[in-house]
Amino acid sequence: MLKPRLLIAATAAAAMVATAAHAERATDGQLKILYWQAPSILNPYLSGGTKDIDASSLIVEPLAHYDETGEIVPALVTEIPTVANGGVSKDFTSITWDLMPGIVWSDGTPFTSADVVFSAEYCMHPEGGCNAAPNFEDVKSVEALDKHTVKITFDVPKPFPYGPFVGSNSPVIQKAQFENCMGAKAPECTEQNFGTIGTGPFKVVEFRANDVVLYEANDKYRDAAKPAFATVLMKGGGDAVSAARAVLETGEFDYAWNLQVEPEILNTMAAAGKGKVISAFGTSVERIMVQLTNPDPALGDKRATYQDGNNPHPFLSDPAVRRALSLAIDREILVEAGYGSAGQVTCNVLPAPAIYASTANDWCKTQDVAAANKLLDDAGWARGSDGVREKDGVRLSLLYQTSTNSVRQGTQALIKQMWQEIGVETELRNISSSVFFGGDQSSPDTFQKFFSDVEMYTNLFNGTDPEKYMARWTCDKMPSPDNQWIGNNMPRYCDPAYDKLAEQLAVTAALEERAVIAKKMNDMLIDYGAIIPLIHRGAVAAHSNTLGGVKQNVWDATPWNIQDWHRIK
Amino acid sequence: MTDTMRQKTDLAAGLDGTSTPITASHRSLWTDVWQQFYTHKGAVVGVCVLAFIVLAVTFGPYIHTIDPQHLDIRAKNQGPSWTHPFGTDNLGRDMLAQVLAGGRTSLAVGVTAMALSLSLGTLIGVLAGYFKILGGPLMRLTDLFLALPILPLLLVAIMLFRDTLRSAFGPETGIFLLIVFIIGITSWMQTARIVRGEVLAIKEREFVLAAHSIGTRQRRIIKRHIFPNVLSPIMVSATLGVAAAIITESALSFLGLGFPSDFPTWGRLLYDGVPFLNITPSRVLWPGLAISLTVLSVNYMGDGLRDALDPRIRGR
Repeated sequence: MLKPRLLIAATAAAAMVATAAHAERATDGQLKILYWQAPSILNPYLSGGTKDIDASSLIVEPLAHYDETGEIVPALVTEIPTVANGGVSKDFTSITWDLMPGIVWSDGTPFTSADVVFSAEYCMHPEGGCNAAPNFEDVKSVEALDKHTVKITFDVPKPFPYGPFVGSNSPVIQKAQFENCMGAKAPECTEQNFGTIGTGPFKVVEFRANDVVLYEANDKYRDAAKPAFATVLMKGGGDAVSAARAVLETGEFDYAWNLQVEPEILNTMAAAGKGKVISAFGTSVERIMVQLTNPDPALGDKRATYQDGNNPHPFLSDPAVRRALSLAIDREILVEAGYGSAGQVTCNVLPAPAIYASTANDWCKTQDVAAANKLLDDAGWARGSDGVREKDGVRLSLLYQTSTNSVRQGTQALIKQMWQEIGVETELRNISSSVFFGGDQSSPDTFQKFFSDVEMYTNLFNGTDPEKYMARWTCDKMPSPDNQWIGNNMPRYCDPAYDKLAEQLAVTAALEERAVIAKKMNDMLIDYGAIIPLIHRGAVAAHSNTLGGVKQNVWDATPWNIQDWHRIK
Repeated sequence: MTDTMRQKTDLAAGLDGTSTPITASHRSLWTDVWQQFYTHKGAVVGVCVLAFIVLAVTFGPYIHTIDPQHLDIRAKNQGPSWTHPFGTDNLGRDMLAQVLAGGRTSLAVGVTAMALSLSLGTLIGVLAGYFKILGGPLMRLTDLFLALPILPLLLVAIMLFRDTLRSAFGPETGIFLLIVFIIGITSWMQTARIVRGEVLAIKEREFVLAAHSIGTRQRRIIKRHIFPNVLSPIMVSATLGVAAAIITESALSFLGLGFPSDFPTWGRLLYDGVPFLNITPSRVLWPGLAISLTVLSVNYMGDGLRDALDPRIRGR
């Protein structure tokens, strides 16, 4: 995983004066990108949205990227620090980055270690509301050893020290520009947040929030031959189907992102011959979260809160019910109906990288209605006159919510029928994505509040290390009114043994041992039934046949290598 | 109502024994209306089409007995066949069964919401027009409702009442009531304004003055003299209201605010079918045709009714 590619500093210097025999900067006209969710800000530290991180990744860069295979490759540094080359200390408490000399910001000022130190301060400011804060967790100090050397020291041993400044969600921003935007003032600096200065291949010319971004090639970019495109137009809005159509059928755009569209529709469109559909498998899993606390509206403020275990769900607290729900699902059919080649059956919430993928839960890969029925019979859930099971006056009747998307509604309908076969009644509800994922405190329909019995969505983690991801289901990560409903432990799962494993994972260095712990944590979640994984999803995008150089990357921002994109003539 | 009055005078003339013979046989208002309506070809076709649609959605599911929500993934995206006359969707649901089931919901929403908005609109319109003291406040209320942005109102209403209604009436009836109520309460204003205008004109007429002068009570004047005369605009806005309500319900389904996603309505079927236009065009064709035909036939009926109910046009 950590085989750093050496990049000799001289390459960069040579590139600056390269003769550019094969290509020249800004000769390929305009690149048109369509994002059906429009970017709303160009400062990735202030937005958790993939669309905003992607839109900013053309402008600002991290020290190192993840490439399409998940390896870490240098961007603004000469090489990736490891224990072997002395960049990472033997006790894993510090990492030292050597910045590439000669890099300048798009405004012409030199890029130095002071900018890196500032970016860390900016994100670690307690009032800043920085979205990449988890990347900077346990960072004790970030200091500039000299103009081109930065040392990051951690409070605890960090076997995976590539949190800060690796991947597009924690890039380096310019100190001169953001100096006066620290802490609580960060969101108020509209001019800076909309017109970010960077070191990347493009710079922003015009930005209309939630609509369109126009970029032009950065004439100060370190590689004189790149980028090939003179301008980039990133248009937002519409929906996944029309985005796919604009690239594959009408050819109006060169690239469209995140196409969760029924496979037969994509295939029909691709048959027009104007573009192709590409997909890559990362860590995305479409899963059903199971509500373990009682979401009854009559409970008022206690609705869907843990209350130290004193507010259990009326029937989902029964392990037999949770196991039966998972057993009754035929995941092959879900893949066939909604995903095609962009989905695989999975029984893990942590399906990748391969070393972390557990096989202990493969019982869920085959549907077993008989076994599910038997489980429920044995647990005392008897079928009533209408075919719905009940016990002590509690009916197995679920409210199943997800975001509005025709593939998700199809999956919902299929699962409803599968659950009907085991005597579980399901009511479907779909909520507009902007509300469901919007995190609005005042809305009862957010996925954090989870005021239903089960909910379905996809989640993933960036990079290749699952430590932070698996730590999402510890007791203290439960969303509740006390923490303004922030947190990723949607099922309200709480097991001290799990918390202990999470702590252990944070201090274990050897990759194999880490894999064992992560797998164990994954198995605990699945075995308990707090999460019902459904589909390992590929990131699907479409690009025009005339667009070259696209490498679909699930570990970093989609346009991570946009400097290499070019027009095929 | 002038015609009825003329008939009364005719009758009175006959009774006092003078020479005027009663030539015309007795004709009621509704016979007149029907005869006029009958001459409007579009309206008659409209009635036939609507009757067909209503009969089809009422009795169709007893003939075509496939469950509209049953998924048969192995039979997805099929064209028309004997088992599935309208084909199937991408999850293998029978389209004919869905169109029929969807029609029940859509028509029920249309008619109920129309009835609600009409009663509200008429009540407020008549009160505002007839009682001078109520006119100002009620019309300002109408303006207020006209100025209300519907979408935020919907979001608030759904947030406040969805869970309560769901636990009281179940998910489908609960949402039905909520949608009907919201459409009804946000679409009565046009009717109220039109009715008020008519009432203002009619209450200055001689027959109302005559009724006043013989001491008829206000309530009776409204019931007997005002209301029948404003019936024509009310009927017209009723027919338009049905069409508007069906379309609003479709729009609501688009926003995810309507019924659960597996509960078919015409609007939802249309919305779900659009991406599949190239593969199975019938998914869009049938619900789209059903919406268009219903709205069109109801509008033609309204047109015919307006002509038939207007005494100045009737008989020409």
